[in-house]
Parts: sequence; structure tokens; C-alpha cells
Amino acid sequence: MQDFSLASLFELSTAEWTAIMLSLRIATVATLFSLPFGVVTAYALARCQFPGKTLVNGFVHLPLVLPPVVTGFVLLMLLGRKGVFGPSLADIGVVFSFRWTGAAVACAVMGFPLMVRAMRLSFEAIDRRLELASGTLGANRIWTFFLINLPLAAPGIIVGSILAFAKALGEFGATITFVSNIPGETQTISAAIYSYTQVPGGDASALRLTIVAVIIALLALVASEIIQWRAEKRLGNTE
Amino acid sequence: MIEVDVRLKAGTFSLDVAFANSAGVTALFGQSGSGKSLTLSIIAGLIKPDEGWVRLDGETLVDVDRRVFVPVSRRRIGLVFQDSNLFPHLSVKQNLLYGRWFAPRGERRIDFDAVVETLGIGKLISRPPTRLSGGERQRVAIGRALLSCPKLLLLDEPLAALDMQRKLEILPLIERVRDEFDVPIVYVSHAVEEALRLASRVVIIEAGRVKFIGDPADAFNRFAYAPGANRFERSSVLTSTVGDAADGHGLTALKHPAGTIWIAGAAGRPGSAARVIVKATDVVLSLLPPHEISARSVLSGRVADIQFEGPIATIVIELNGDGQLLATVTGGALEALALKLGSKVYALFKTAALDEQSVGMASAQGE
Repeated sequence: MQDFSLASLFELSTAEWTAIMLSLRIATVATLFSLPFGVVTAYALARCQFPGKTLVNGFVHLPLVLPPVVTGFVLLMLLGRKGVFGPSLADIGVVFSFRWTGAAVACAVMGFPLMVRAMRLSFEAIDRRLELASGTLGANRIWTFFLINLPLAAPGIIVGSILAFAKALGEFGATITFVSNIPGETQTISAAIYSYTQVPGGDASALRLTIVAVIIALLALVASEIIQWRAEKRLGNTE
Repeated sequence: MIEVDVRLKAGTFSLDVAFANSAGVTALFGQSGSGKSLTLSIIAGLIKPDEGWVRLDGETLVDVDRRVFVPVSRRRIGLVFQDSNLFPHLSVKQNLLYGRWFAPRGERRIDFDAVVETLGIGKLISRPPTRLSGGERQRVAIGRALLSCPKLLLLDEPLAALDMQRKLEILPLIERVRDEFDVPIVYVSHAVEEALRLASRVVIIEAGRVKFIGDPADAFNRFAYAPGANRFERSSVLTSTVGDAADGHGLTALKHPAGTIWIAGAAGRPGSAARVIVKATDVVLSLLPPHEISARSVLSGRVADIQFEGPIATIVIELNGDGQLLATVTGGALEALALKLGSKVYALFKTAALDEQSVGMASAQGE
């Protein structure tokens, strides 16, 4: 351990900045792309009866219970350069392996169960009679989804997104297995902290990134609390 | 016109009902668990029957044999539930306009301002539904259903969740809706007073079967008299004409061929028809025309039937002119007065016993 001066805690090096910005970009892209799939999956699990529902539910939750390394390895086998879909995707110009887009895919997959869980709960909490009322007023199921379910589930959707975003920022195992740890391309905050702790004299950098990670995580938690509190206040608890 | 002929099995309960409504209000009346709400759900399209069909204005909504099932959203049937089920994320105005937006452009015949005015909800319009009282919410719910310009309005015990004061506020509003907007209404209720006040036709459902279809007065005189019915639920319905208002004490006389019924407060225009519900337990019998007694309403008639139930007897009095009145008396009183079939009697009841719920205006189109 070496001595840190207080000022040095706030002076991020270019490499550290790169890792932070990369993490934010990967997490944002991962969250935004999984958002529509998350909403549809959550709604289907909450409101629809279809064959294989249990299977879908289990599949969605798999990344939550599997070791992240296993998820990363499965992604590698499916989407890697020599994977099942890799070559055909490469033909149309989509390459994931060792790219930041691959890291985004890994983060999206790992965050998906968290996202769907939060959203599903808020879809399930909607009073079914509101949907029935909407139906008797002439709205079909699609209109009802957009006018009733979606706005009423909005707090859960936002919270689910924040959880997925936070998960994406912290993701390590699946990402490093799938797309490795390339500075400037796939080295996220977590991977960078890990790398710094492996080299002599990297502790200061690791500490600075740790502080940044803590701040981002806290902001995300506070934001989700505020959103839930405001939604509860707006919708009241009387109905 | 809605025509229903459906059968449905749900566990041990079986529903087998067939009826058609008329203009104005049709009351689906029955105890809880009799299947009236289930029938309403079938009409609205929330539940599929096992067998049978439902037609609205000649259009088939359900026909099990022909595999026709029009989904809820395309039936154009307004439904008001016991709980108002307003959309909590929309303002009152947005709630009111929700169904209107889905109604075909050419069929938005019910005017927004007229509904707001009739239901007295102008002041609530920009509020969120979470800041309304129970009665206000239910008024908005009725307005919302009405503004979807439905071909039929279903009200499923819309007053059941409200206290007496709120009920008395909203009943007249439903009457106004009935009279001002030309939408047939099917009203589900287990409260005699509500059904009687509003309905021009009553369908009584018992244990999943239709027991009676017809005029409300007939329905209740027959139903309330049924053995086994709780004596506190026995009431009679008298059809009368509103006489000249005010005797100087804020009372109104209702003219009946057998006598005069006094009620507190105003009861509509002189000359219009009014229905009065009299509880059998509120009636006192006398052999002579009563003098020096505080009860003001006196009707004369003859004993048409006597039914004993332990120490209490229910007496059916055939009133002079028209209608019948039920009275419960003790066996001892019956003996003391020596009442027999055909005895001439005077039936008295207190004006104070008739509350605002017990007097209803029969609608113009209903009678």
C-alpha cells in the first residue's frame, strides 16, 4: 500500500476515464436494447397464458443463478467468432467477440432477469378490473396495454431499467469470459479495477475507480427510490 | 334491446337465464350469489357462456352454436362496477373522455357538457381520481360509461359500496340519466328500493334461474310475500299520483284510490306518477277509520290473505281501487281484531317511516 494524497483521489487518469466512459456506454446501450424485450417478456409472464410459460420464465432467470463465467462461455459458443451464430452474423457485418458491443450483449443478458422481475411485479400489481374497464370502454388489448398497463407499470419499468443498468456497470464474469479485457474496447470499470489490483502500484487507480463505482451505484439506487416514492404518491393507495 | 338466453356451469353453481330488457331501466334483482352479476358479465363479454346466445339490437354478440363471440371492446356496452375503477393515472376529464375516443365518430351522440352537468361533476374535472370521495368517483364512473356512447348501460350494484347519504345523492342522478339520455339500462341490485325506484321492468333471479319477469310493483308484491323471506325485507309497492304540493308543513300528498299517502318533501310535478315502497313492518291495521292518531297516511282495503309464520302473520290487503299492501302483525293482534279473509281494514303508516329512498318517480318512457 502506498500513501494517497486527498487530491489524487479526484484526478482520474485518461485510462481510468476511458474505462468509466466505456462502462457507461456499454451499460446504456445494454439497458436501452433490452428494454423493449424486457417489457414484452414481463407483460407476457404477468398477463398471458401460453404453452411453455414456465420454461420461458426459467430461461429468463437462468443468468441469475448460473455462474457468470458459464453465461459468458455460452455466449462465446453462440456468438463468438467460431460460435453457432457468429459466422453468419459476421457475414452481415455484426461482430461481437472482443468488441464493446459484445460486452453490451453480455451485460444485457446478465441484467435481463433483474429487469424482467421488477417489471413483472409492477404489471402484476395492476388491478385487472382497470383492464376490464378499459375493455368495456372500447379499447382492445393493444390499446389497453399502451394506455393503462404501460403507464401504470412505468415506475416498475424504470426501476427495472435502473437495476439492469447498475448490474451492467458491475458485470464482470460474463463480460471478461466473452469479450476479454481489452483497454478502450471491452475493459469496463470492474475489469479495470481487477487489472489494476494485479499490477504493482495500481492501488490508487483501483481506489479511484471504486469510488466512482460506489457513487454511480448510489445514484442509481436513490433515483429508483425517488421514482417509486413519486409514483406511489401520484397514484395514491386508495383504489 | 338486449336479449339473453344462456347457460353456464361454474363449480356446483349452474346458471340458466333467459330474458329481454325494455326501454328505460331493467332491474336484475336477486340475493347475492343468485347469478345476477354473472349474467351481467356474460352480457358485457367478460365471461363466455357454455351454451346459448346474447343479442343486442338484433346483432348477435354471443352464439355458442355458431361460434360467435364479439370481444368486450367491440360490444359497445358500458359497464359500471361496484368500485368505480377509475384510471388512477388519468385526470377525471381524461377518464370521462377515454371511452368516447374509442366510439365511432358518427355515434358520439351523447354530449360531454350535458353529462357533466347532469351528474354535477363540473368542479371535479381537473382533479386526479385519487382525490375524489366514493360518491364522486361513482358519478365519474357513470359519466365515463355514458360518454362511451354505449348501446346499453350495465350498472352492477353501483351504490353498494356507498353509505346511505351518498346513495340518496346518486339515485336521483341515475334517474336523470335514465330520463335524459336515451340509453337502455340494466341495473343489478339486491336492494329492493333501488330496483323499484329505477326500474320499469324487473327480472328476479334466484339460484341461477329466472323466477319472475314483469312490472316492478307486481314483482315485489309477489316476491316479498314468498314464504321464508325475511319479514324486514317484505315491502309493498304502491303506484300513486303526486297531488298538490305542500300542506304548509313541507309535506306532499300522493293520491291513491284507497286513500292519501303523505311523504316528507317534494316528490315531483303534481299529476306525475310516483311509486312508494312501504315496509310491511311499518304498517298498523285498524278496523275503524282512525281518529286522533299521529299516523297520517291511511289506506282502506280488504284482507285478501293471511300467512302465519310462528307468532307473526303477514297479511295481504287488497287495496280499494288498485294494488296490495303487506302488513305484519302478531297472532294476538290478529285474534283481537278478529281479522278474517274479506274483513274491511284501514292500513296506517307513519310519514316519517318513508325515507327518501322509498319514493321514486316512474320514468316517462317506463310506464
